[in-house]
Amino acid sequence: MSEAISAVDHDDHSHGPAKGITRWLFTTNHKDIGTLYLWFSFSMLLIGGVLALIVRAELFQPGLQFVSPDFFNQMTTNHGLIMVFGAIMPAFVGLANWLIPMQVGAPDMALPRMNNLSFWILPFAFGMLIATLFSEAGGLNFGWTFYAPLSTTYAPDSVTFFIFAVHLMGASSIMGSINIIATILNMRAPGMTLMKMPMFVWTWLITAYLLLAVMPVLAGLVTMMLFDIHFGTSFFNAAGGGDPLLFQHIFWFFGHPEVYIMILPAFGIVSHIIPAFARKRLFGYDSMVYAVASIAFLSFIVWAHHMFTVGMPLAGQLFFMYTTMLIAVPTGVKVFNWVSTMWRGSMTFETPMLFSIAFVVLFTIGGFSGLMLAITPADYQYHDTYFVVAHFHYVLVPGSLFSIMAAVYYWFPKWTGKMYSERLGKLHFWFSFVGVNVTFFPQHFSGLAGMPRRIPDYALQFADFNMVSSIGAFIFGFSQILFLFVLIHGIRNGKPAAARAWEGARGLEWTLPSPAPYHSFTHPPKVTDDEAHA
Amino acid sequence: MQPSAQQTQIRTTVKKLCLIVVVMCGFVVAMVPLYDLFCEITGLNGKTGGRYTYDPATTTADKSRMIKVNFITNTNDGMVWDFWSEKGGMRVHPGELRAVNFYVKNTTDKVMVGQAIPSVVPTAAAEHFHKTECFCFGQQILQPGEVMEMPMRFIVGRELPNNVQSINLSYALFDVTESFQDAAIATGGG
Repeated sequence: MSEAISAVDHDDHSHGPAKGITRWLFTTNHKDIGTLYLWFSFSMLLIGGVLALIVRAELFQPGLQFVSPDFFNQMTTNHGLIMVFGAIMPAFVGLANWLIPMQVGAPDMALPRMNNLSFWILPFAFGMLIATLFSEAGGLNFGWTFYAPLSTTYAPDSVTFFIFAVHLMGASSIMGSINIIATILNMRAPGMTLMKMPMFVWTWLITAYLLLAVMPVLAGLVTMMLFDIHFGTSFFNAAGGGDPLLFQHIFWFFGHPEVYIMILPAFGIVSHIIPAFARKRLFGYDSMVYAVASIAFLSFIVWAHHMFTVGMPLAGQLFFMYTTMLIAVPTGVKVFNWVSTMWRGSMTFETPMLFSIAFVVLFTIGGFSGLMLAITPADYQYHDTYFVVAHFHYVLVPGSLFSIMAAVYYWFPKWTGKMYSERLGKLHFWFSFVGVNVTFFPQHFSGLAGMPRRIPDYALQFADFNMVSSIGAFIFGFSQILFLFVLIHGIRNGKPAAARAWEGARGLEWTLPSPAPYHSFTHPPKVTDDEAHA
Repeated sequence: MQPSAQQTQIRTTVKKLCLIVVVMCGFVVAMVPLYDLFCEITGLNGKTGGRYTYDPATTTADKSRMIKVNFITNTNDGMVWDFWSEKGGMRVHPGELRAVNFYVKNTTDKVMVGQAIPSVVPTAAAEHFHKTECFCFGQQILQPGEVMEMPMRFIVGRELPNNVQSINLSYALFDVTESFQDAAIATGGG
């Protein structure tokens, strides 16, 4: 294919990757750093998964079987923190590193050295976080939302390590976001106007702005905790004139945009994959862009819907209820567009497409349970029950995580030059799909029946639902070992992949040979209408 | 070597983005006083104001209205003092100055310091509940076994919304011995 050959730059005197470990330590190559991010997040997924399985093993039956309540709390806390900050977020940053320069026709990220730094502080941050589990002071046990005073007055001494770990993660995210925005705004190939950008690039541009806006808020919050714990201030201490509720307001001012940070890039990914396997253009590209932008804006004015039960005036409850429900409008636009893209398309169901369709269906379920939670009077019943657990796992696991898996399968041939085994990939999909639903669907019922979250023991009437849920969790957990096997098997034994590995794939990255050369687009490519906004 | 046009553009973008980060850092610092101000204006978290000064000549009682004021005393987790009020509640007219006594007893054999934090429900009444004298304005240092009588004088403002018929004033008593000692050491006092 001539287009593939012309994209390789023969005048380039730079060489391939360095040999050995230093390649990975000192690399400034966006593809290497993307790979590092992805493997890092996969290892975090496995660690966070083990913690989740300890939780589910304890909840298999009522009563205390395996762990003490305090250790149980440490498991839920670290599971949440590791999955949110260690698995989902770095995976999206890794995908951004791999894909954004190729999709906008740039040779690399705008700030390659900072890129190296933003990855390499992460292992230290998570090393510090996970080390607290083994500390004499006791592991973090205050929930991933670390509400004061649980995380200040009543926290184990290891909380200081947690604070510094969060600072490092925040620094990493801020640097990564600056890099992504600078790349997208300045390094697009000539002819790629903003409204011709691929959806993944659009969603990441908006996500990066969200990160820039809220990561300093998170850093400020943990800094206030640090001062309360060590320097005698009383930001969150009522006895000294502070207010523990202030903590929740600041946390959720960060936290709500944060949950969209974890889903917007997923929207971008499925907006690539569904058109590719429906062999149609994305339906309603412009409305997709506006929908993402409106969701991002709305994310800043809904935070208190996480705190309906703290005692808010009626006006506040109504405001946060209505704005929250408003988010369903742009989200509905997106789901409508994905379905319309599939409508009368020539669909095939390869693994990435299966994950993407499951994403649309299951994320929508998670969205609807979110709408139920948005109804203030109903939330008084659901608050802090397993219904909430079911809701956010439906948007995060078959939502964000499935989209990441879909992306890995979809771009796997471009990254490695090999094709994974479709049969194994589908097997992985079906195990994951069944596992995730068996795990989380019963939690809706136990939640509606009143089972509180974050408890190691529960009343007998919840026993059956919990047993089903635990069985599902182990199916889902072990099917990720299969995922690892599919990837390694594909890298080692996969058949060579074509430059345009999927028949319906569009976008500049597919004009490059597979695997993508170490240095690509050293001269800007020509953006044809055909490859624009894939 | 001169930076290329693209590098210059990237630098400009990065500078703008860093500005966003700095502004958001400023925002989170400003959030603390803004939150306090917001609560003070709206009375949202039920906090009452500081010492109230008024002119007895111009403040008259509104005899047409009667408000029930209830007093609730709590001790926070870990605080072992006894804490009670002489009355569970009283009926007052808006605009009249009234007094009630609260008591604390240090039930331990150590010198301890307590701090009471008030909260008013309904929150709409918080900004109209004025205290001319309150033990919550300061901290109480009690010797082992000591009992202290603590007067509180208050006026329910005449501007209290008409739909409010009763007010709950709740005090939570905190043990602040540790931070008091830290502060005393820091200031060189004893």
